[in-house]
Amino acid sequence: MFAAMLAALPFLGGGLLVTLEVSALVVVAALFGGLLLGTGVTWGPLALRLVIRTFVDIVRGIPVLVLIFAVYYVSPEIGLRFGNFTAAVVALSLFSTAQVTEIVRGAASSIHHGQMEAGRSIGLTFTGCLVWVIIPQAVRRFLPPWINSVADAVKGSALVSLIGVVDLMLSIQQVIGRTYRPMPLYILGAIIYFVINYTLSSLSRGFEARFAYVRE
Amino acid sequence: MGYVLNFTLVWRHFGRLEWGLLLSLELAVLAIGIGSVLGLALALVHNAGGRAVRLAVGAYVECIRNVPLLLLVYLVFYGIPTVIDLRYSATTSFVVTLSLYAAAYLVEVFRAGLAAVPTGLIEAGRAIGLRRGQLLRDVRLPLMFRIVLPSLSNTFVSLFKDTSVASVLAVPELTYGAQWINFNTFRIIEVYMVVTPMYVVTGYAILWVLRRFERRLAVR
Repeated sequence: MFAAMLAALPFLGGGLLVTLEVSALVVVAALFGGLLLGTGVTWGPLALRLVIRTFVDIVRGIPVLVLIFAVYYVSPEIGLRFGNFTAAVVALSLFSTAQVTEIVRGAASSIHHGQMEAGRSIGLTFTGCLVWVIIPQAVRRFLPPWINSVADAVKGSALVSLIGVVDLMLSIQQVIGRTYRPMPLYILGAIIYFVINYTLSSLSRGFEARFAYVRE
Repeated sequence: MGYVLNFTLVWRHFGRLEWGLLLSLELAVLAIGIGSVLGLALALVHNAGGRAVRLAVGAYVECIRNVPLLLLVYLVFYGIPTVIDLRYSATTSFVVTLSLYAAAYLVEVFRAGLAAVPTGLIEAGRAIGLRRGQLLRDVRLPLMFRIVLPSLSNTFVSLFKDTSVASVLAVPELTYGAQWINFNTFRIIEVYMVVTPMYVVTGYAILWVLRRFERRLAVR
């Protein structure tokens, strides 16, 4: 069993890189998207809030897998020539953006609205208020769930193997296709995913403990 | 854009989506049922057991939670039968996987719930002479259930969405139905225009019903 794992290891490197690449792109895109939409949904005008709410609720209401299939198969029909890699990143980013939007909204609304009003009344601009008043306080509420969402992105990225992106999951399947010995490979894959995600979730718990003094 | 929407073929095969949705719900119900029993058992064992037991339960939780569901689904269906002599259908295999997956999330939920039962009530129960078993059955579990209900609802809806992964084992649930229509009729946009609302509406409808139920049972 152990020998089979060791022998397979060199064939998984490329896939692991793709998994990390997809995850990294998704995390960055979702961080920007989520911060923007989260700000919009917290302080924006009613029309904007409704639009963002609808987007977030729909995206969070369908399974990630369906979102990936929908983006992958529908995009050429409406004239977008995505490769499978791009389609995968777009679909996962949409999903993760919706998650991060909720996290941002939760973190932002945990700060008393008096803080914003006080900032504005001493002459800070809206952006100034965000940067100097809201974000320094909200970041404690934001970090732990956000890191969990990063771990979710890594786990979700396994689904991109189903539209033919050769990530870690698909490399594992490819090696099994040659050796016909699934068990060692699945366990090896589980270990690799575990190491990545356990590191992230420990980090998240660490921050949570670090910021545990914040109580309303 | 020269694309004309045509739903005829989607409606002709709507049965696949209809039965698919029902199967998805069925899978989610089974998973939350089995997962709750297992999760509750593990939570009680964790609270009562010694260091070794706590470590074992913790290891189970972390191992399941940090690995993609897709990998677990493959592992149970394709991997385990090669090691031990067991035969099972794709559906059984998926239900087992999703239940084990649900249990790992629910252990934490139940532990938090048990910890949130007010100590005063437990002491009161002890003061009127309830034994440990009675205390658990008549005081701690009913209160815990009412406390964790919102988390259970959320878990149920997220399991309902996770059933889409069963499509990789050709379990004919909603996503599989969508894929079938997609590949066989090429009415791609139409099929996703139908399936998306089916997931969204069902998910939020379940949540709405469960929220009403929760409000009635909430611990005040």
